[in-house]
Amino acid sequence: MSPKSKDLTEVIGRHPLFAGLDPTHLELVAGCASNVRFAAGQQILQEGKVANTFYLIRYGRVSVDVYSPGRGRVTIQTLHKGDVLGWSWIVEPYRWHHDARALELTRALAFEASCLRKKSDDDPAFGYALIRRFAPLIAQRLERAELQLLDVYGHVAQV
Amino acid sequence: MVPHPFRVERVQRETADTFTLTLEPAAAGIEIRYRPGQFNMLYLFGVGEVPISVSGDAASPVPLLHTVRVAGAVTRGICELGRGGTVGVRGPYGTPWPVEQAEGSDLLVIAGGIGLAPLRSVVYHLMAHREKYGRVAILYGTRSPDDLLYRSEVEQWRGRFDLDVDVTVDHAGLNWHGRVGVVTTLIQQAQFDPDNTVAMVCGPEIMMRFCVRELEDQGVDLGDIHISMERNMKCAVGFCGHCQFGPEFICKDGPVFSYQRIADLLDVREV
Ligand SMILES: Cc1cc2nc3c(=O)[nH]c(=O)nc-3n(C[C@H](O)[C@H](O)[C@H](O)COP(=O)(O)OP(=O)(O)OC[C@H]3O[C@@H](n4cnc5c(N)ncnc54)[C@H](O)[C@@H]3O)c2cc1C
Repeated sequence: MSPKSKDLTEVIGRHPLFAGLDPTHLELVAGCASNVRFAAGQQILQEGKVANTFYLIRYGRVSVDVYSPGRGRVTIQTLHKGDVLGWSWIVEPYRWHHDARALELTRALAFEASCLRKKSDDDPAFGYALIRRFAPLIAQRLERAELQLLDVYGHVAQV
Repeated sequence: MVPHPFRVERVQRETADTFTLTLEPAAAGIEIRYRPGQFNMLYLFGVGEVPISVSGDAASPVPLLHTVRVAGAVTRGICELGRGGTVGVRGPYGTPWPVEQAEGSDLLVIAGGIGLAPLRSVVYHLMAHREKYGRVAILYGTRSPDDLLYRSEVEQWRGRFDLDVDVTVDHAGLNWHGRVGVVTTLIQQAQFDPDNTVAMVCGPEIMMRFCVRELEDQGVDLGDIHISMERNMKCAVGFCGHCQFGPEFICKDGPVFSYQRIADLLDVREV
């Protein structure tokens, strides 16, 4: 292992998403990872496009947006240091459901999905470990979407 | 049980449908004293009476501050009173937030929407007695940036070095630079020691349920989580039974309850 990928493996292993992952699996993950940087305002994901990457945000702020007719771009979530951006890469048909853009200079670890999927096919135990780590994230996202849809704070009365 | 007449000194528009009323006793000799979390019954003459939490500083109880969101006939009428109008006040009623019991602990103040009103008294209390608490986080979630209560005041709290104040909205347009996401996400980010934390939560019931679940996941004991149940009531003294909630009367046993005490009852859809 090169010193550079050793550093990445350490950084990735410290993230709660991958904490406790078998060291050989951690290396498989790190082999698909690279450091990336987005300028403020730069688009990261585009709705409908192929989901071929996911990100662990190391620094900065990202908004997840949807376009709604008549309302324009609506931000439904902001992500910050430590958050995971993107789960559509793990679920067919591997397409983004939202747009995402950097709100300020953002640094992240990018994970190439085709690389991870290939390794998962080759080593199903690795694939299972990944699914187990992403399933709670997807469930959490669903729960939050449900809460937002419920509009718990109620409608503004006509005054 | 007889309401005292109070004069509206000021009506401050907080959001499109929420107003803070500053009230002074219309007659001399009325003693006003309350504790954070208690409420008064506000009587709009000829229309009806509604429970409204005190949103001011219990250490300087006069004038009396109430933040009212327009829901129906009475709240609408109260908000439309204008300066010089008269409202009947009886109270205070109900259980307070356990601010003394929480001394020595980390404190999480978690508000959703209008739920910041009854918790503002807690914030005033803990700012005045800051040294008695560990880490303090105020976590506030609301629908959109336009629905934020006490906006400039919350910004001031945020500027303090001894409070962690975090705000999130469910959705926002481009001119909002803060967080977007549900209030439970703030709990995950907050700094506190779950073994020594008291949480005070107020907001819509669904929001409180989700917050409690998140707090529980983080290891906070259910007995250390306190919520304010603001379901409807009539007499405010445990007499009419309108707000009976299992064996509890919200008006006299609540509105502030330890979650442990009412966990099983929270699934009751309506009282
Ligand atoms: C202990 C306590 C403290 C409260 N503190 C505040 C406060 O600080 N500020 C504030 O704006 N409101 C507060 N409320 C809620 C307030 O009392 C109600 O909004 C009010 O009674 C509505 O009366 P109304 O005649 O204007 O509307 P109604 O015609 O009685 O109701 C209009 C609509 O609002 C709904 N509604 C009525 N009461 C409630 C309630 N308690 N919770 C949810 N929905 C309700 C009704 O189902 C109906 O759909 C508190 C309630 C309680 C029990």
